[in-house]
Amino acid sequence: MKNPLESLPWTIVLGVVLTVILAIAVNLAGA
Amino acid sequence: MHFDLEYYKFIIRVFHVLCGIMWIGLLWYFNFVQIPNMKNIPDDQKPAIGKVIAPAALFWFRWGAAGTVLFGLWLASLNGYIASALSLGLDIFGGNIKHMPIGIGMWFGLIMAFNVWFVIWPHQKRALGIVEAAPDVKAKSARIAMLFSRTNTLLSIPMLYFMISAQNLYHVS
Repeated sequence: MKNPLESLPWTIVLGVVLTVILAIAVNLAGA
Repeated sequence: MHFDLEYYKFIIRVFHVLCGIMWIGLLWYFNFVQIPNMKNIPDDQKPAIGKVIAPAALFWFRWGAAGTVLFGLWLASLNGYIASALSLGLDIFGGNIKHMPIGIGMWFGLIMAFNVWFVIWPHQKRALGIVEAAPDVKAKSARIAMLFSRTNTLLSIPMLYFMISAQNLYHVS
């Protein structure tokens, strides 16, 4: 059976990318 | 059937989720509904929000945050992964890597709850006139509360992303 942890690096990277995009979007929207 | 550990954890999880919806629901109400529309409310009607709605919402908001963290940490402790998750599953701290996603979600949640109780609430008390403050201090406090509330809204999305991934992809619940 496939090891479910194989996807872990992708999940972490995707989450970090999501956080960074949101942070940039919030900043661009103006404080 | 008897009231075993699995059932006990299920009950704690129900309270964790209920408090979490109360907290994040009101956070999103503030940031997607109340704050952006304050400018559209006539000045003579603004006290209805500032004196009535916002204080009531803030009560459920901050206690929702406290309950979410309390029941969440309780659940993580009952599940036996609280130390591993808080150390992000890193081997150097004796953690298990599968606890990294729930750990990241937990840290986001803890930072957000800290912001609620130690930044947003003290500043909102001044901004809403619950405690006395000079007009310039009030305005500054309102702005700080708004910026931290906005930051929490930003963090709530990856927080949920990591918590949902932990449960659904890595079977850490």
